[in-house]
Amino acid sequence: MTLEINGQSFETDEEGYLANLSDWSAELAEAMAQQDGCDLTENHWEVVNFLREYYDEYQIAPAVRVLTKAIGKRLGKDKGNSRYLYELFPYGPAKQACKYAGLPKPTGCV
Amino acid sequence: MSEELQSGIVKKFLYINRRAPHGTNYAQEGLEVALIGAAFDQDVAMAYLDDGVFQLKTGQDTKTIGTKNFSATYRVLGDYDVKRVYVERESLECRGLSEGDLMPLVYEDEDNDWEEKPLIHIVSAEEMQQIIDESDVLINF
Amino acid sequence: MLHIVNKSPFEKNSLESCARLSKSGSCILLIEDGVYGALVDSETNEMIQSCLRDRSVYVLGEDIQARGIQREQLVMGIEVVDYAGFVKLTVEHDKVQSWL
Repeated sequence: MTLEINGQSFETDEEGYLANLSDWSAELAEAMAQQDGCDLTENHWEVVNFLREYYDEYQIAPAVRVLTKAIGKRLGKDKGNSRYLYELFPYGPAKQACKYAGLPKPTGCV
Repeated sequence: MSEELQSGIVKKFLYINRRAPHGTNYAQEGLEVALIGAAFDQDVAMAYLDDGVFQLKTGQDTKTIGTKNFSATYRVLGDYDVKRVYVERESLECRGLSEGDLMPLVYEDEDNDWEEKPLIHIVSAEEMQQIIDESDVLINF
Repeated sequence: MLHIVNKSPFEKNSLESCARLSKSGSCILLIEDGVYGALVDSETNEMIQSCLRDRSVYVLGEDIQARGIQREQLVMGIEVVDYAGFVKLTVEHDKVQSWL
């Protein structure tokens, strides 16, 4: 599959996750979110950036439970809970935020 | 999905890792499968023996061979609630390695101010026999 | 002759066969998982020592770095070569035996 953004095309898997991590840009993230009808706010970006840092350090996209716990540690319990994260990313915080972060689908998600 | 599993019986899974990390992709696949298993609220433990102990060696840097440096991923085992990682002492010794050659893996106790506790237990062959014998499901890589 | 070993000596007997069947004066190069055979204090130490008595032993630097092995952890007398050195060794020798 390919993703067409501003006349450029990017390779993705069948679920829309970027094939090449290095293709990622903030504009691309915004565009992917737009396609899902989602506007990225500061709160969304906080999670997306957290995921990118997490991947950079551990070479893995965390499962939702692991993400929730890690966010809780970094940003506090009021953000490290599934209610807050599902409000931001209704399609599933790990799945949806990983997509905008240009990461593969999280390990431990089906 | 997890509700169904939570209400069911939690089984003791033991992932037995016996291969060196970079010559084949058994090690990477084994780690990934174990993490997927751990995400389903099962009781997951890891065992490293024979050449598998090389997977936990400090200082692995794969940019020279152009493969993904998945040795960084072992550090998330604790985040995935894997609380026991067993390494057989005899396997280490015959390879000229000791505990100091292994990555210091920890898990953080969420309910105790994120206190870090060591994940790795160096065990004798005799203790490893017991660990294998007590497990319900054995998965080999 | 250049002898190449790419399997872990703890999993396969390639290094053992190589040590037994390579002639004095030949070169032995450890690559990929074969580099684990170069670890000092391991059970392969004696085998490597006996090779070093009358043969030269090399390891591929890129492969030890990937596996987190420091130069200080190698049996003394083993030389580290890079990819260019690997190529040079194969050109210098008219024959190569790979112990798979």
